[in-house]
Amino acid sequence: MIKVENIQKTFKKLQALKDINVVFEKGQVVSLIGPNGSGKTTLIKSILGLVKPDSGKIIFNGVSIDKNIEYRRQIGYMPQIGRYPDNMTIGQLFDMMKNMRSADTKLDEELYRSFKLDTMIDKPMKGLSGGTRQKVSAALAFLFDADVLILDEPTAGLDPLASEILKEKIIGEKGKGKLILITSHILTDLEELTTDVMYLQDGAVVFYKPIAALYKLTGEEKLSKAIAYFMRYGIKPMENSNQLKIAK
Amino acid sequence: MKQLLTIVFLFGFQALFARTITVGPKETFTTVRSAIEAAATGDTVLVKRGIYKESNIILTKSIFLIGEEGAVLDGEDKHEILTVSGEAILIKGLTFQNSGYSSMNDYASLKLIDARYILVENNIFKHAYFSIHVANVTSSVIQNNSIAGYTKTEQTSGNGIHLWKCDDMLVKNNDIQGHRDGIYFEFVTNSVIEKNNSHNNIRYGLHFMFSNNDGYIENTFKDNGAGVAVMYSHHVLMHSNHFEHNWGSSAYGILLKEINDAQIYNNTFDENTIGILMESTNRINLVSNTFQSNGWALRIQASCSDNTVVSNSFFANTFDVATNGSLSLNLFAKNYWDKYEGYDLNRDGVGDIAYHPVSMYSMVIEQNPNAVILMRSFMVTLLDKAEKAIPSLTPENMVDESPVMKMIKR
Amino acid sequence: MLKLSKYVLYDILRNKVVLAYTAFLLVVSMSLFQMEENSSKAVLSLLNIVLIVVPLVSMVFSTIHWYNSYEFIELMLTQPVSRKKVLLSEFAGIGSSLMTAFLIGVGLPVVVYNFNATGIALIVVGCLLTLVFTAIAFLASIKSKDKARGIGAALLLWFYFALIFDGLLLLVLFSFSDYPLEKIILALSSFNPIDLGRIYLMLQMDVSALMGYTGAVYKDFFGSSAGLLYTLGIMLAWIIVPLLFAVRSFNKKDL
Repeated sequence: MIKVENIQKTFKKLQALKDINVVFEKGQVVSLIGPNGSGKTTLIKSILGLVKPDSGKIIFNGVSIDKNIEYRRQIGYMPQIGRYPDNMTIGQLFDMMKNMRSADTKLDEELYRSFKLDTMIDKPMKGLSGGTRQKVSAALAFLFDADVLILDEPTAGLDPLASEILKEKIIGEKGKGKLILITSHILTDLEELTTDVMYLQDGAVVFYKPIAALYKLTGEEKLSKAIAYFMRYGIKPMENSNQLKIAK
Repeated sequence: MKQLLTIVFLFGFQALFARTITVGPKETFTTVRSAIEAAATGDTVLVKRGIYKESNIILTKSIFLIGEEGAVLDGEDKHEILTVSGEAILIKGLTFQNSGYSSMNDYASLKLIDARYILVENNIFKHAYFSIHVANVTSSVIQNNSIAGYTKTEQTSGNGIHLWKCDDMLVKNNDIQGHRDGIYFEFVTNSVIEKNNSHNNIRYGLHFMFSNNDGYIENTFKDNGAGVAVMYSHHVLMHSNHFEHNWGSSAYGILLKEINDAQIYNNTFDENTIGILMESTNRINLVSNTFQSNGWALRIQASCSDNTVVSNSFFANTFDVATNGSLSLNLFAKNYWDKYEGYDLNRDGVGDIAYHPVSMYSMVIEQNPNAVILMRSFMVTLLDKAEKAIPSLTPENMVDESPVMKMIKR
Repeated sequence: MLKLSKYVLYDILRNKVVLAYTAFLLVVSMSLFQMEENSSKAVLSLLNIVLIVVPLVSMVFSTIHWYNSYEFIELMLTQPVSRKKVLLSEFAGIGSSLMTAFLIGVGLPVVVYNFNATGIALIVVGCLLTLVFTAIAFLASIKSKDKARGIGAALLLWFYFALIFDGLLLLVLFSFSDYPLEKIILALSSFNPIDLGRIYLMLQMDVSALMGYTGAVYKDFFGSSAGLLYTLGIMLAWIIVPLLFAVRSFNKKDL
């Protein structure tokens, strides 16, 4: 569904992405993992078109994304930090989004309701807590029932109940055969959702494997432990991310 | 005043033997000319209502020519109307209209030549090239006339009241408009211009040259093309006049050019581009005048010296004083300046630090006229403030050492 | 595009800074008109406000607002709208709200107290300057890396247009005082929208009589309809050109 081909990106001296080649397909829930500055956010932003790669191509359903912007109709994005115009109310924000994507009539207001945002449509954004703003961001990301969901640290700042609601929603969407890309530091959060794990370091893909294969290779039963295993023993980035060599 | 007394005395003497000759469409005399021919010294020629088209009437007899209301002498845009010469003559209550225009001669509605003891009063002058043209006349009075020219170009219109080579004259209470110069004085001595209203003239409200020992008092000069010009004269007295809204790129309240020993006091200057423009003047006393809302209140060229500027009030002027030199030989004292920012610690009403009335920016414009393009810009405001704090460019001795704190009441 | 601007406008119109700006302009204008008996003199004093405060507030507010909405703009850009559209919507939103503030703060009193050609010219120049400096602020914000630099650049640019440019102009005037400079100065003043607005307004007012021969030359030009079109054209160019550069730079920018 999304094909990333030979993407390179350099900010000043820092090489943020080094020749990334990956393919994401429908039905996958991919966890993007890696230390700070490893290139996760840059990769996501490249897919969203916010960052323009120096070279390489990103192909969405067979069409290169720098050709047209319509592919974003099929993406729901939840940013890591949701900041909205201070004096805009929740109601206005949702109205505006619906207005902007007026062609998308298939609306999914499940999260909007289960987060009880419909009870505070007149509240201005500046008065909202960080958690409520995260709820708004999440509800917006799922609002248009998009085929691809890109969630940047989705559970950070959410209370346990909301976090649970969101996870259930993600599982539900996964069941519909959507592609879901998640970055998170909190590994336990992801474990029950994830079908594939991609580990990035210094702008390169260290590995990109189904979670089952990962457990098998490391002999661990938990994602956090499997990752810790890698971090402890180190690995060499592979040219071909489908192969995996572990230096024991 | 003394002229008027003399004239009235003479008139009274004449009237002892007088008779009245009436002119009118239905009277014995149907033309003014024939009535004048029939009149003898001291007679009254009374002109009834009607329009009289008689080209140029010559009057040399000592008679009273009086018009009733509606008595109109018409020059048909071709002729002069009345020429007067002699002595002890009264011209009163007549309307003069449509005098002719000539590019060769100074055609006038009423011409006074080689005469004395003439009284011209309560007449109306309309649509004239020159209205009243006076040459070589002494001890005469022109008063209470209403005068309007036909307001064409400077070249094709003449003056309202034009005096040339006269002595001991009084011009009083006239309303003059639409001429080239409202009142024109050349080689006129010992005369007074009083309480006239000279306005909307093409060039000057008053044009005054080579005329010494004259006074002008309580006149109003408003909306004239260039204001008032007083030139090449000495011992002129000007007081209690009002100069208002003589506004245009080269207009001023008064231009003083080569004027010596003049007294100028109690005048008001409102909304003139330049209040007083002084060129080559010496020993002038400017006292107790009020300058309000002028572009430049005073513009003193470097050629002026020994003038004193005392007890005047300056407020709401864009520039108070401008000069084109760095040396000033004139005295400023005890004036009120609204832009003065000093203090008065001992509360004697006089500011403790001196005021420099010439702003930095006005010096800049003087040196480089193109810099007017920066007028009212933020930078100019800052420049002026900086110069006030540390004077360096503005003339050091153009300074009021004793600026008063409150506006001077008159 | 209007859809988006509408919501930006809703937001900014309730912004405290914009409300304070409106109130400030209103208080200053009203008190000037109350204090001066002659309303055309009040307009002359208002001219200084329009030339100094309006560009400053427009620039600083737009810059700060841009950085405060950065995350929101990012979110907009993940929607199926082009970058150009997002940028122009933001511009239209901020520009129109600042213009509304100006119209209430200065326009209303001018219409009430001094509704004539000069008053209208003042309002039009004020609105144009608002848009010009909003556009310049957008370009500066997009070109600068972070908020501090962005605000710094905005202040510097304001300082340049409000003050330094005139200083340089004076320098040119004195260096070449032996040459006839009227036309050249006219051309140079087009490089500073504040100057152009100031000169245009001055020549609408009767202070132009103070400007002597030079003033007469300019009055001939600015008084004519060609002068009006020229002023409008240059002002519009000062809005469009920075915006074009801003769009171009924004299209390439990594967020």
